[in-house]
Amino acid sequence: MTSASTTPGVAASTQSRVLQLSLAGVLGLFIVGFMGFSHVEAVHNAGHDYRHSMAFPCH
Amino acid sequence: MNIFRNAVFTAALAGLLAGIVMTFMQAGYTVPLILQAETFEGAAPAHSHAATAPEAAEPAADDHAAAGHSHDGEAWAPADGFERLAYTALANIVTGIGFALLLVAVSEAAGGIAGWRQGLIWGFAGFAVFTLAPGLGLPPELPAMQAAELAARQVWWVGTVVATAAGLALIAFRAAPLWALIGVVLIVAPHIVGAPQPVSHETPVPAELHHRFVVAVTITNLVFWLLLGVAVALVRKRFALAPSTRQQRSLA
Repeated sequence: MTSASTTPGVAASTQSRVLQLSLAGVLGLFIVGFMGFSHVEAVHNAGHDYRHSMAFPCH
Repeated sequence: MNIFRNAVFTAALAGLLAGIVMTFMQAGYTVPLILQAETFEGAAPAHSHAATAPEAAEPAADDHAAAGHSHDGEAWAPADGFERLAYTALANIVTGIGFALLLVAVSEAAGGIAGWRQGLIWGFAGFAVFTLAPGLGLPPELPAMQAAELAARQVWWVGTVVATAAGLALIAFRAAPLWALIGVVLIVAPHIVGAPQPVSHETPVPAELHHRFVVAVTITNLVFWLLLGVAVALVRKRFALAPSTRQQRSLA
């Protein structure tokens, strides 16, 4: 059942797998983007040392 | 939504671990250098870049503020010491989870990280994509250093990350040599375009201090990514993310 198969059930589960992984990836992008690139002053100041230490473009 | 749930759990555990370790590394190696550099911008305790104490502001710091960065002196900022470190830890853990989510999503789509050694390789890839490649054009900056306009740098940073990730993926996962060639071109291209640079690199921060900071940032990020890769490799087994084991155990 693990190899690529033509049965509809497996095809659907593969599609669902891709969708769910994409969702996880988008969530990750959102988190990193918010923390690393937020122009909100309070977020910027709270994460200041972090952003410098991660070499995000800061100021 | 089992796969999504497992991906989030895996990323949360791996990101938590890597974020905590990263905080200790930063507290030891990068934050002291940041604090040292802040003395060159005549910083008030609330870290207001050149916004206060005009008599202490260097000419370079004035340029810095004029270049579009002027913190409002009244904006909230964590108090120095424990509070500031706590927020740094929080930022590390939250983004550690964010990076882990990206790593899990991409690596699972490519078949999953099979063991700790593959975890190291995936970690190296993450380091190359998020630290090494953007850091070549935009080296880690200390406070009180000159930099080009923020938005332009963020655009270049994102573009470089995307191009490097795509290039590495083409090299690793496409069989035809042409794809590998395109991959190399994608990795090189952002550096031919070049990162936005400030008009002047003049800064009161000693070059020696900056050099130490660049090394500290690069190495701490390398360790962070290697740890994240290995952690994802080990944790994903528990959550049975791999399709081959999904049928065998319904609950890890």
